[in-house]
Amino acid sequence: MSRYFTDEHEWIDVSGDIATVGVTDYAQCQLGDIVFAELPEEGKALSKGDDAAVVESVKAASDVYAPVSGEVVEANSALEADPALINSDAEGDGWFFRLRLSDISELDGLMDRAAYDAFVAGL
Amino acid sequence: MGVAATADTQSGDHIAPMVPEKSPLCALPLDSWHRAQGARMVGFAGYEMPIQYEGIMAEHLWTREHAGLFDVSHMGQISFTGTGVDAAIEALIPVSLSTLPVGRQRYSLLLNEAGGILDDLMIARRSDDIYMVVNGATKYDDIAWMKAHLPQDVILNLMEDQALLAVQGPEAVEALSQIVPGVEGLVFMQADAFLWNGHALWISRSGYTGEDGCEISLPASIVTDFADALCALEAVRPIGLGARDSLRLEAGLPLYGHDLTPEISVIGADLGFAILKRRREEGGYIGHERVVADLAGGPPVRRVGLTIEGRLPAREGCPIFAGERQIGHITSGGFAPSVGGPIAMGWIEASLSAAGTALEIEVRGKRIGATVAPMPFVPHRYHRVKN
Repeated sequence: MSRYFTDEHEWIDVSGDIATVGVTDYAQCQLGDIVFAELPEEGKALSKGDDAAVVESVKAASDVYAPVSGEVVEANSALEADPALINSDAEGDGWFFRLRLSDISELDGLMDRAAYDAFVAGL
Repeated sequence: MGVAATADTQSGDHIAPMVPEKSPLCALPLDSWHRAQGARMVGFAGYEMPIQYEGIMAEHLWTREHAGLFDVSHMGQISFTGTGVDAAIEALIPVSLSTLPVGRQRYSLLLNEAGGILDDLMIARRSDDIYMVVNGATKYDDIAWMKAHLPQDVILNLMEDQALLAVQGPEAVEALSQIVPGVEGLVFMQADAFLWNGHALWISRSGYTGEDGCEISLPASIVTDFADALCALEAVRPIGLGARDSLRLEAGLPLYGHDLTPEISVIGADLGFAILKRRREEGGYIGHERVVADLAGGPPVRRVGLTIEGRLPAREGCPIFAGERQIGHITSGGFAPSVGGPIAMGWIEASLSAAGTALEIEVRGKRIGATVAPMPFVPHRYHRVKN
């Protein structure tokens, strides 16, 4: 399984044609205490760049965009009861949703861990 | 991920977006101190200010349980002196100075001719002057407006070399008294002069969190040492603007530029307590006609508190509905750490403003249930005189 990163601070795990999407630890740290996550419904078709989810911290609401195109196959229901999972385990149990990729080539040009870490270090 | 806030993007004197403002910002006297404490700085009211240190939730709860130190040096501290200063200020704002002795402080408002709110403020009588604290984002407009309306004999001085701190929470006064003995003798809305290492302090027992605590006016030249001395105490931690906002929202205290603007009147904003009987009856201040009209006929719009069903926060700008009809909007709202859920303030049609009225709020196209609620959402714990 490969993990990709975007400059919008999302991570994408790809296994076959299924992509699991979440926000990075850097992103959760910037957002602060998260109190609510609004996730896309199963079956929703998302194009790269669409509004996919909204994450509410104590101070503000922020959009999460679809980093790649595809159909939503699962949203992380654990976030309904415990949105703070995004703070405590952003790059693990705090994942947002899973997509069936419609265009694998969109993964080209995304960053790997080393490139993303360098990107964050330069911010 | 879009780091900028969505539909509820704030403007003006409120929680700033995380992206620093482009315009040049002033540095607070405690600027390097905040950064050394690990603060995340944002643009707010023309200053770079700490929005949080360890996290809004933890800072909020720490303040409710122990003591939080807030830097509010962006606010305008103004001294008024000169012949006829009492009469001149009474002609301007609805405060009653005739019954304000030295060492007492009152909440008041700056109104325009139509009775709309230009700012809210604190005013105290000291032995040598009248001391006023106004909001940071409005201070220069306030001063220009006041200067235009005050007689020449009254001298208005913006005290630019003074810093302003607040220490708030159930352990705040006990902590402060360890470095400034005697402050524990003040009661809510009382104020006095104190000395710290030979430097003059002006301390009032007041604040913006609903908790007991004090506000301390002190020379900017000593504010770093003073903040260090306070934070050396176990009970005291620095608290950012984020928690300041959630604390004041739970306390039902309005935020200027959001819950209060020139569009709302004193009575509509539920701040009638700030105008004492003599001033209500005699008038003689700018905006009086509107106060009289609202007291007689009722204001068309009222500021209310709202409890919200579920977990989704409803933020500033969200429309409020009674059935299909929009009857108002949220003026500030968010997650309330001590309540454990979302709460809000809004302006709604007065006929629907009774506590318990069931309404709906629209958040990103979705309707959520809300109920008009009495404020504060978390009881005030001011140190008042017991009879």
